[in-house]
Amino acid sequence: MTAQVVEALVHAAIKFAILVPGFVLALAALMSWIERRQSAMIQDRVGPNRASIGGVRAWGLFHIIADTLKFALKENIVPRGSNPLLFRLAPFMAMAPALIVFAVMPVGPTNRWVVSNLDVGILFIFAIGSLSVYGATIAGWSSNNNFSLLGALRVSAQMISYEVSLALNLVGVFMVFGSINLQTIIEGQGALLGGVLPKWGIVVQPVAFFLFLAASIAETKRTPFDAPEGEPELVSGYFTEYSGLALATWFLTEFAAVIMVAMMATAVFFGGWQIPWLPPTPALVATWWFQIACVMAFFAKTLFFVWVQMQLRWTLLRMRYDQIMTMGWKYILPISLANVLVTGLFLLLTR
Amino acid sequence: MKQPLRPKSERAKPFERREMTFAEKLFYPAIWEGLKVTTKHLVENIFGRKHTVTLEYPEVQRPYPERFRGQHRLMQRDDGSPRCVACMCCSTACPSNCITIVAGERPEETIEKFPMRFEIDLLKCIYCGMCVEACPCDAIRMDSGVHPKPTYNRQAAIIDKEGLLAAGAKTIATQGGTFGSRVAGHLKKHI
Ligand code: SF4
Ligand code: SF4
Repeated sequence: MTAQVVEALVHAAIKFAILVPGFVLALAALMSWIERRQSAMIQDRVGPNRASIGGVRAWGLFHIIADTLKFALKENIVPRGSNPLLFRLAPFMAMAPALIVFAVMPVGPTNRWVVSNLDVGILFIFAIGSLSVYGATIAGWSSNNNFSLLGALRVSAQMISYEVSLALNLVGVFMVFGSINLQTIIEGQGALLGGVLPKWGIVVQPVAFFLFLAASIAETKRTPFDAPEGEPELVSGYFTEYSGLALATWFLTEFAAVIMVAMMATAVFFGGWQIPWLPPTPALVATWWFQIACVMAFFAKTLFFVWVQMQLRWTLLRMRYDQIMTMGWKYILPISLANVLVTGLFLLLTR
Repeated sequence: MKQPLRPKSERAKPFERREMTFAEKLFYPAIWEGLKVTTKHLVENIFGRKHTVTLEYPEVQRPYPERFRGQHRLMQRDDGSPRCVACMCCSTACPSNCITIVAGERPEETIEKFPMRFEIDLLKCIYCGMCVEACPCDAIRMDSGVHPKPTYNRQAAIIDKEGLLAAGAKTIATQGGTFGSRVAGHLKKHI
């Protein structure tokens, strides 16, 4: 019995170690470069392309190494009057939940491709993900800086507000697929509607998808919802006082959250690892090449949504703080409630 | 004095605000339009740098304009000696007092003086070109096209006569400069 538990734990640890540092953190590091290069291209600039190793520039990819080195060599300043313990702990309190949530994400068709196939899948993501608000709040409070504190207030208000609508948006999807287990939801999206359209979440719940995108970007605190770190009024918001690797940790947390949103959008609304018009029959699922293809499809969709979020960030303007709150409570929340109602009625009538 | 009001037709019109339509209130159509613009720029700039106008400086350099005032040089006579007659016109004209000239005597009759020392402190120089304008012999020029380089110490920014002459070359201009002789001829015609 204990041997089995230990074996399961070891397997989970290995899978987590492959998924999180191997994919999520690597992609997050890459995103620090993509973000700047993409924004440059959008704004008709060139962007960072100078870092080179022996004259090889590789489109500026070595900026990732250069930036990491620079962050690592900077002093980790703890401001006077701050709470040193909490100040140092806060980035990790934000980062740990942002990384743990990947444990329930099924990236492939069988249980082999998910770290832990929890039945409460999405609830786990919400439960753990909402913990990262503590990290941001504590960071702002322990910095002994009024800008940080204001940023922290905004973070906590914004994240808690949008968590409500975020969860409500997905209720419609849960009702359609009859489960909150992510693997079951993805398997449910393999069917074809009327023989032509894949029964993806976006097809059966289009309203929910667009509201989900807005609410989840608000959760990750990125433009147009980045009032918590609004540079013109709050310097840098709740991480104003951070420097060195602690600051890098905040960036990594943000990028991990972006990847998580992309994965959620993929899994719930875009068929997860499903390849469109290729229904996963048990015989197909048993073959290794199909599994690999599915994982590839999942990561490709994830990358697409990462790109969409980046593109949105450099397209839209920052919203005013009261506008963010108005939008969350007065528009997104009622519409998602209505969406749940309409979905319920529809399911009841077509049963 | 009170300014008279402009006629009504010329005054700025107040901006008329109107209610947003339902489609506008949704924001999503507008966001879609915005995404189309940014994506167009992204794709066109990745494949072909269509809109990017950045000059990547050290590799690509914009040519200096013809009249760019660069580092000074001292012109030479046919025998390689400086054309400068140490008249001090340039150091007098120089607004930042950065030209140091120590004159020496020449045995010839026509040209009595020559510069024993001729130094320009490039840290003080403001590259105004007054020295070139003042020189009656076309001895000092700023047409080298050399952008002044940074140095590791202040002493290195002072260029001496040898350095200035090395950068210079023989000039075919007549004493007093071509422009000066042209003006003189012009004046003569009219007197
Ligand atoms: S350029 Fe102007 S400041 Fe410089 S040496 Fe000539 S006169 Fe003086
Ligand atoms: S004005 Fe010309 S000739 Fe006179 S000292 Fe200066 S460089 Fe020499």
